[in-house]
Amino acid sequence: MEVINITTPLTTDMARQLQAGQLLLISGTIYTARDAAHKRLMGMLDRGEESPFPLKNQIVYYAGPTPPAPGAVVGSIGPTSGYRMDAFAPRLYKLGVTASMGKGGRSLEVVASLKQYGAVYLAAIGGLGALLSKHVTAVEMVAFEDLGTEAVRKLTVEKFPAIVAIDSKGVSVYERNSV
Amino acid sequence: MRTVPTSDIRDVIAEIAVKACMEVDVSVTDSFAKALKTETSELGSYVLNQLIDNYDIAKRERIPICQDTGMVTVFCSVGQDVHLSGDPVEDMINEGIRIGYEKGYLRKSVVRDPIDRVNTGDNTPAVIHYRIVPGDKVTVTVVPKGAGCENMSKLTILKPTQELSDVKSFVKKSVFEAGANACPPFFIGVGIGGNFEKVAILAKEAVTLPFTERSEIPYVAKLEDELLAEINELNLGPQGFGGKTTALGLRVLVYPTHIASLPVAVNISCHAVRHEKAVI
Repeated sequence: MEVINITTPLTTDMARQLQAGQLLLISGTIYTARDAAHKRLMGMLDRGEESPFPLKNQIVYYAGPTPPAPGAVVGSIGPTSGYRMDAFAPRLYKLGVTASMGKGGRSLEVVASLKQYGAVYLAAIGGLGALLSKHVTAVEMVAFEDLGTEAVRKLTVEKFPAIVAIDSKGVSVYERNSV
Repeated sequence: MRTVPTSDIRDVIAEIAVKACMEVDVSVTDSFAKALKTETSELGSYVLNQLIDNYDIAKRERIPICQDTGMVTVFCSVGQDVHLSGDPVEDMINEGIRIGYEKGYLRKSVVRDPIDRVNTGDNTPAVIHYRIVPGDKVTVTVVPKGAGCENMSKLTILKPTQELSDVKSFVKKSVFEAGANACPPFFIGVGIGGNFEKVAILAKEAVTLPFTERSEIPYVAKLEDELLAEINELNLGPQGFGGKTTALGLRVLVYPTHIASLPVAVNISCHAVRHEKAVI
């Protein structure tokens, strides 16, 4: 298994070089946003408002953590299913997001947008929240605080592990046999 | 007649809800160790090893195994010789969840209404299934199941003239379609029989059965073995990345049904099969 260390921001040039099946160790900054945050963000964009967090060359992580215990930076913080954000992802890729990170497969429309914009879909391991919390060194509330766990948080991460699940050529690790 | 204060139920629920989110049974970690010996996929083996490390960190450092600490299902069996005293049992079960989720730093994942979607802030209410049983004990099982796998559950009502092979096909198709979203390797509960709501509860209950055991009904035991083996040939593998380890456990519960019906339900649990039982 090929291991690639990357430091954010993830430029389109960097994203285009990533290949499905590689293990990424991400250091730098990533932003959490899941269902409710996406829905609200889309409403803002529809009204011509600015995104409350940067999108260009950013990684959006589909995650909603548990509350941190006293003394901890963050609680358990694994990925949620990516497919629920399928309707929103192409728009974010168009606006410069270079990677989304979740678990599970994506729609054909999302794969097409990865190819169009030179972006990737990353899979963090589902149910790995305790271990992944060890790779988060700082958390900052950025937007939609009222959404609780679904708020947008800026995470500072160090060697955060994720698999390149679908690359910018549309190659996917979710290659399947039929029943 | 034995008197059980409902506050005792509250206290037990608060304790076991937290434990369920931090610790999996040793049978789960044992099954992972066994799977590692047969898994040939490099990525699959990487995933299994990471998950083993995660269980260890979660238990040792009291961090939830998964950030999705679920909407809690509670199976509450009340002995018919028990007198429940104090505040209403439903309120006390929910109070137990409230306390556990606050003190255990667990995620509050319940919204008060499916359409307006405002978070209740305390992970209540639970979904509670009561049963009156013989005896003077109260048994509670909490199942803090995440939505990733719950969303992938399936239910159908086949025609009564269809065969067991059709039941198997439906189960396998459901598991395949769940794929990576439900976080394989899975523990799978299958219900067969009853009616629309009964079969769903059977499937959920089946997820809580010891997966190292088999049904006492010979054909059901055989079905459990066969389905598990066939599901592991689907090549979904850990996290859907391919491999031999798609499911680690599968249990089936059956119930009498109507002459016109053959209900089948599939409730999938992710690799972190979380449930905790207590007898009061």
